Order: sequence, then structure tokens, then C-alpha cells
Amino acid sequence: MIPRRALLKGGACALVALGSTPRFLVRAAGAATGTGKVLVAVFQRGAVDGLSMVVPYGDPACAAARTSIAIKPPARGDGERAIDLDGFFALHPALAPLAPLWSERTLAVVHACGSPDPTRSHFDAQDYMESGTPGVKSTPDGWLGRSLQARPSGTSPFRAVAIGPALPRALRGAPGGLAMSSIERFDIPGAPDTGARQGFEKLYAASARSDRLPAPTAPDPVRATGKETFDALRMLQAADASRIAPANAATYPSAPFGQAMRQIAQLIRANIGVEIAFAEMDGWDTHVAQGAERGQLAARLGELAAALAAFTHDLGDRMADVVVLTMSEFGRTVAENGNGGTDHGHATAMLVLGGGVRGGQVYGRWPGLGRERLYEGRDLAVTTDFRTLFAEIVTHHLGIRETSRVFPGWPATGPALGVMR
Amino acid sequence: MRRSGALEILVKPHMLALTILAVLLAGCATTRTDATIAHPGPRLDDRQIVHLLSRMTFGPRPADVARVRAMGVDAYLETQLFPSQLDDTTTERALESLPTLGLPLAVLLHDYPRPDPAVLAKIRNGEVSRREAMAMLPPETRPIRIVTEMQAAKMLRAIESERQLEEVMVDFWFNHFNVFAGKGEVRWYVGTYEREAIRPHALGRFRDLLAATARHPAMLFYLDNWLSAAPDFTIPAGPARGRKSGLNENYARELMELHTLGVDGGYTQQDVTEVARAFTGWTIDRPRVDPQFVFRPRMHDDGEKVVLGHRIPAGGGETDGERVIDILVRHPSTARFIATKLARRFVADDPPPPLVARVASTFTATDGDIRAMLRTIFTSPEFYAAPLRHAKVKTPFELVASAVRALDGHADVRAAQQLARAVGEMGERLYQATSPTGHADRAEAWVSAASLLARMNFALALSAGRYPGLRLGLDKLAPGVDRSTPRQTLDRLLAVILHDDVTPETRAVLTQQVAITDANDTRTGSSADRDRLAALVLGSPEFQRK
Repeated sequence: MIPRRALLKGGACALVALGSTPRFLVRAAGAATGTGKVLVAVFQRGAVDGLSMVVPYGDPACAAARTSIAIKPPARGDGERAIDLDGFFALHPALAPLAPLWSERTLAVVHACGSPDPTRSHFDAQDYMESGTPGVKSTPDGWLGRSLQARPSGTSPFRAVAIGPALPRALRGAPGGLAMSSIERFDIPGAPDTGARQGFEKLYAASARSDRLPAPTAPDPVRATGKETFDALRMLQAADASRIAPANAATYPSAPFGQAMRQIAQLIRANIGVEIAFAEMDGWDTHVAQGAERGQLAARLGELAAALAAFTHDLGDRMADVVVLTMSEFGRTVAENGNGGTDHGHATAMLVLGGGVRGGQVYGRWPGLGRERLYEGRDLAVTTDFRTLFAEIVTHHLGIRETSRVFPGWPATGPALGVMR
Repeated sequence: MRRSGALEILVKPHMLALTILAVLLAGCATTRTDATIAHPGPRLDDRQIVHLLSRMTFGPRPADVARVRAMGVDAYLETQLFPSQLDDTTTERALESLPTLGLPLAVLLHDYPRPDPAVLAKIRNGEVSRREAMAMLPPETRPIRIVTEMQAAKMLRAIESERQLEEVMVDFWFNHFNVFAGKGEVRWYVGTYEREAIRPHALGRFRDLLAATARHPAMLFYLDNWLSAAPDFTIPAGPARGRKSGLNENYARELMELHTLGVDGGYTQQDVTEVARAFTGWTIDRPRVDPQFVFRPRMHDDGEKVVLGHRIPAGGGETDGERVIDILVRHPSTARFIATKLARRFVADDPPPPLVARVASTFTATDGDIRAMLRTIFTSPEFYAAPLRHAKVKTPFELVASAVRALDGHADVRAAQQLARAVGEMGERLYQATSPTGHADRAEAWVSAASLLARMNFALALSAGRYPGLRLGLDKLAPGVDRSTPRQTLDRLLAVILHDDVTPETRAVLTQQVAITDANDTRTGSSADRDRLAALVLGSPEFQRK
């Protein structure tokens, strides 16, 4: 009898290539790629105001610096106000759908978290948070991509999947990194006959190395990506992923982020070997009319919370193997600006939820919001390097011991947060 | 015009051989002093002409190579650099069927009104999303029409215009000075922004372009400068009367990071704050009725500012902002940053540093003359270096326009709108890039499974004639497969679409495909086979590059 792993390594691709992937093999591919653990990374692009997302109401300087946008501190029975977490921090009222996760201790918060790099450029800060190398622009790949490199090799083309038109920086370098706009659209429905589709498949399979250049130095990414695309297409259809409907009456928001989370749940439940998934949401750059309990930021937070809550309902028991991590490139100024908004700041808050999370706790040292405690006299200081949090998840959830491979050039000194069991 | 570019090449030993070769090839370089020094001049071979057209335009039409060969590359470049000489009435006439296109802002705001105040209140408190609110409006007067018509116009111009380089540069500069049409009032402002701030200066002077964007309501709104005021300014009138206002850094930061110096251009947080102070009072008069730039002295912080070491004395008023623009335009980081972005667009994702340095010195020597910088690029040996041919992956917009042009296609506005939608499905939503960075100009942004599938689907839809209002020249260019000589059709398609610049692997796969016929196909056999082959060529790895 052929050992299962050998079959998967050599045989799965061959079978997949024949276009008749047996279901057992599809399931086995998922089971074989490591532990079945999944990390879902959610990027809040535009820099979320961590001080409104998770309000440090116990620090009097917060409300004092914010005349029109301060979130009212918790008060029993008043759903319009912030939701108390621990007597010092409180969730923004729009995050109410996440409150049950806090109570059942599957949701944790890491506050005053961010990058050691001082940049207030969205582009650079996102780039650093995705490359995992703050201050170093030449890093070719992303920290999630390197995380997969450090895991036992798998055969699935869905090991790292992003919902969106492009592969995000964080997933670059992932073996089997894939971007899809949606499961439904991941197809060639326009082909008048099977010949056209096979023709495309052969064109991209022909040679991933060749190009018209005299001496190609690296595989042509266009061809390589095309080849992976057709592998993924076959697997997705074999697993019939588009037929998987949300379970447990989970209802996702119809906006793009909600739909991205719905599809990630679909892919996880299709058992096609997803190890890392990535979704993003924008609209956090609230320079004007940020709002307080209601308004612009509240609407975004409400959408975020509804999507994450639906995701946990949908996956049900499967959440035991799943961790969702939110991140944002930096936080926003402590003080409200001249237009009822906030400008680019430094530290922010990140949410961690799912199985293996020691929830019901806010992690990190609170630096304080007194003027002398602020970063450059204006922003929440970073007391937890985002890599401390990311590395802990990579180690405890994805089982990667050598985090130096995932976060090169980072000494990883300092105590662990203890956010993961 | 100076010859600094060529002189600089000569001092670089490793460039010497190339330069000598180029000068020899240029042969009797005649009247154009600045353009003919470094490039192969009138002796470009057809492959080089294809390369030039694939970078300088939205892709060659079948007759273009012969046309450029006949008129000479220099003459072609010069006519493209001075596009007003080129008759483009056919394009302009086709655009007349888009009602919103030429309308003044006041008319747009009146005829394509916003949702009523009750609905707006619901948006503000999060009860309905902006998208849902917009969907409640009657379709024919929805503000979104302004944006979809702009998308159609952009697509149509890229396909049809004789002024190809101008269109390429309008695309480039809009993206450089990006505004997001989905943010608030920008959906009304975006058309005049392109028409009045970007297009007139696309081949002009960088300073004029920068100043025009700085004063346009679209930029003032998008990056919030219209609200930025001296600390503790009290709003004197209107719905927010009596409210305090103050400084907003958004524009100041992006002005330096994205429009001029570049993120590593040497500015500090203090500079951001000072620049923001300088631009206080640059705002929008009657933003919802008849938006115009206005300087409001009462909003302005009139104290002294120090920007990048330059002192701007107190009391400068409106001129503070102009002073900042001067300081930024003359800063060497700006020359380098703009040179890098231009070279990235036209040459390679990571353009050769010596070329960037020469384009930067052209910027400095000519006071930011965009035409001069383009000449430096298009006449450089680096531009024609064989390893950099096909080095760029086409953006979705370039892919769609170049596919239609390769098949000698002509679109009406309806087809153009559908084609723009196809561009969006590949990941490039025109006028809808949310961040001030705009769309990326690097391969990794456009090469993904999602995007490649969308590209293949587009190729199939295009060659199967599934865009009503689009006339393709396929029947003339490559008549249907003749079963006795099936290779001829393929050869014609490869010649027309890829100019025979194709890998042996792709040719081999396509040759196999020639033989395949499909019993399910109900159409007349030969043209269906031809269409399928055309789709495969347009969806091939080769055609994704330029």
C-alpha cells in the first residue's frame, strides 16, 4: 500500500490534472497539510482609530482630548454606550455583535500595538506590516507567505488564499498563494466550448520558465500564476465549493468585506487545504466627521463586527481550529483634529478571536495618554511590537517554532503576551 | 534644450558601448538636437517600433507600425508630444453621446442631485449605507452616471484617440494625483478635475499640474484641505455655524509623500504640520452649488512657517501655499521621485538608475518640462534595451484597450462602458482607487489568479463579439480558418496581435489548437475556430506583457 503522504505529494496533482479529483482526496489534502489550523488575517486599511474601537475609558485623557468624537463610557443597560470589557477598556457600541465572544473568552484585544517604525505613511506602514519587516523596504515577500514556507509542504493550491483581485503583500512568497475575487467568478464561464479552456490551460502550463527574453532569470510570474490558477480551478470545482451555503443561519453583511468573510468560510468548509486566508476592509481613514457612538466609524465597525460574528456562527465547531486576527497600519491621533476627525497616529488595537485564544482579556501594557506619555507628543505609544503578537500566533496556532524565518532581523526579545494557549 | 542626458551617458563607462552604437545607428542625426543623440533614430527596426508603440500608446493598431516606419520615429514622437496638431474630431464626436461629460460643475450638481436630507441623515448615523442610499435615486439622474460616463469616455479615448500619448499621460497623472470618485462630493467633481486640472497640463509643466490639482475642488475635498483651518477657527456661517474647526494634515502629508518628494524625500512630521498650516484657507466656495476654489483669509493661519528649512514669513495669506509648491517643485527629491515614476511607467518596474538620474536632471534643467522628460526616456538606449522589452505587465486598462486596438476595433460609448466594466473585473476600477496612492504600476499588483481568469474571460468575450457596439476588424485581418491551410489563420493572428514575437511553446500549443474543432459549436465552423484562436492569443502569457 502506498503511504498516504506519498500519494498526496505525487499522486494528488496527477489526479487533479486528469480532472477527476475524488472527493476523499480533496478532503485528505486538507487534512494532510499540517494540522488543519487556519489563520484568517483581516487588514483594516486606512488606519483604524484604536482608541474608539477599544476605548480606554479608564484613562481620563482620552475623552478630554476628544470633544465631539469621544465614545461615552459604559453604563449598565445603555446600549448606546461603550461595552465594558474589564473596568478600564470598553468595546465601541457598534462592536456589540462581538460581545458574546468576549464573554465566552474566545475574543482577546491587544492594545497599544503597532510598528516600531515611525512612519505615518499609509503605504509604507501597510507595506511594513505585511512584509513583517518594519523599516526594511527590500523584503521581497510577506510574513504570511514566509509562514507557509516554514510549514510542512502541502499540495493544495489553496494553502494561502486572499479574497480580492490581487495577492496582498502579506501573502507574497506563499507556496500556493492565490487571489480570487469570488468563488462564483473563479471560472471560465465564457468559454464557448471546452477547447478554449483547455487551450488556455495548456498555454499557461506549457512552460512556466520560458519567455521571449533572451535569458530568463526567474520563472515568468504570469505563466506560473496561470498554471496555479488552473490547478485551483479544478480543485474548487471538484469540491463543489460554490454550493456550500452558510451554516447555523449565519447572515453576512452584503458589503464586500462581509462577502469576503462568507467566502473564506466556504473555502474552509470545503476542506481544500486552506491554511491562511486574507481579507481586507477599507474606509478607516477618518480625517473628517469620524463620529462617536454613531457615524462614519461606527458604521464601519458595525460592518466589521457583523461579518466576524457571522463568520464564527457559520463555522461553528470548526472555529476551534481557526484564529482571526485584525490589524491596521497605525492608529490615529489622540486629539481630535479641526474637522471632527483624527489624523495619522501611531499605536492602535488589534483583535484576536477563535480557538486557542485566551480571550476575555486585553493584552499589552497601557502607556497612558497623558501628554508626556504620548509618542512624539501626540499619539498613543506602541508598547507591543506587532511582531510579538503575530509571532505568538504563528508559533502557537500554525506550529512554527522558528519565528526568525517569518520575522527576519527581529530578535523576538521581551515576554510573550500569552494571548494564545 | 540641453544635451545633459547624452553627456551623462558618456561619462558612464558601462554605457559607453551602447551609446556609441546608438550614435552610429542614429547616423545622420539632423535637426532635432535633443532627441536624436542617444537612440537609434530613424533606423529603428519594426520590433523596436512595436516596443515603442506598446509603451507610448495603448497598443499598436495593425497599420500603426508601417505608419510610424514611414513617417519616422522622431516625427511620430513629436506629433504625439504636441497632440493639438492631431485631428481627433472623430473621438470627440463619439463622446458627444455622453450627456454629463462636458457639463459645468454647477449643472451636474443640479441635474444629478444628491439624496434628500432625510436619507443623508440615515447615512450619517449608519442606518443605510451610502451605496443603498444611492440606489434609491432614479437611475437616469443618479450621480453615479457621472462616473460611469467618465469610465466610458476614458475607455473610448484610449481605444480611439489619435492623441495616444496624451491619453497615456492623462491616465498617468490622474493616477499620480489620484482622487477617489466614491468619496463624497468627488463623484461630481471628478470630471472637471480631469478636464481642467489634469488634461491641460499632462504634457506641460509639472508645477502647473501640481498647482492646478492643489486648487481644484476635487483634490481639496478628497484630501480634506477644504476643511483645514487655523487652530480654533470658528465657522462663521452655514449649517456648522459656531463650531470650532482647525488643522487637518491629510493633504499636506500626501502632497509631499505622493505628489512631490516621495516618502523618503526628507520631510518630517514638523514639515507636514507646517505645510498644513500654509494651506489653511485654501477651500471650496459653495461646494454643493457651484464649487470654486476660494481663499478664505479668516481660516488661514497667518503666522510664520518653516518648510524644509525655508522660512515663509508671517502674513503671506494665499501665497503661502504657492510658496510651498515652489519649495517642493524645486526640491531635488521631487525631480528624482517624478523621474522614477515616469521611468517605471514607460521602462520597467525597477527602472535602470542611470536613466532615472538623467530624467531627473532633465526635470531640474527644464524646470519640470514633462515633454522634455518623455523625450529623455523615449530616446534613451535603456528604453530599447532588449532585456526590458516585454518587461512590463499590462494594467487591466492597458490590456483591454490594446486588445481592441490589436484587432483594429472601434467602440461606441455603450461598448466602451462595458469594456470599462471588464477592466474593473480584472481589479482596476477606473476612478475608484480609494487610496491617494492610486493604482499600482508594478506587475505584482496585476498578476493574480483572479485577474488572469478575468483576462481570459475578457479575451473570449471580445473575440466572440459579445460587446454590442464594438466593431472588430477580425474578418479583414484574419479570415476564418480554411481547413486546407489551418496554419495560415494562426499565422495571421500571431502576426497581427503579437507581431510574431511569440515563444515556441505558445506557438506549439496554438498549433495543436488549430486542429481541434468542437462538435458542440453550432456556429459556422471556420470563424468560430478563428475566434477561439484569437481569444487564446489575446489571453496568452505573451499578450499580458507590453
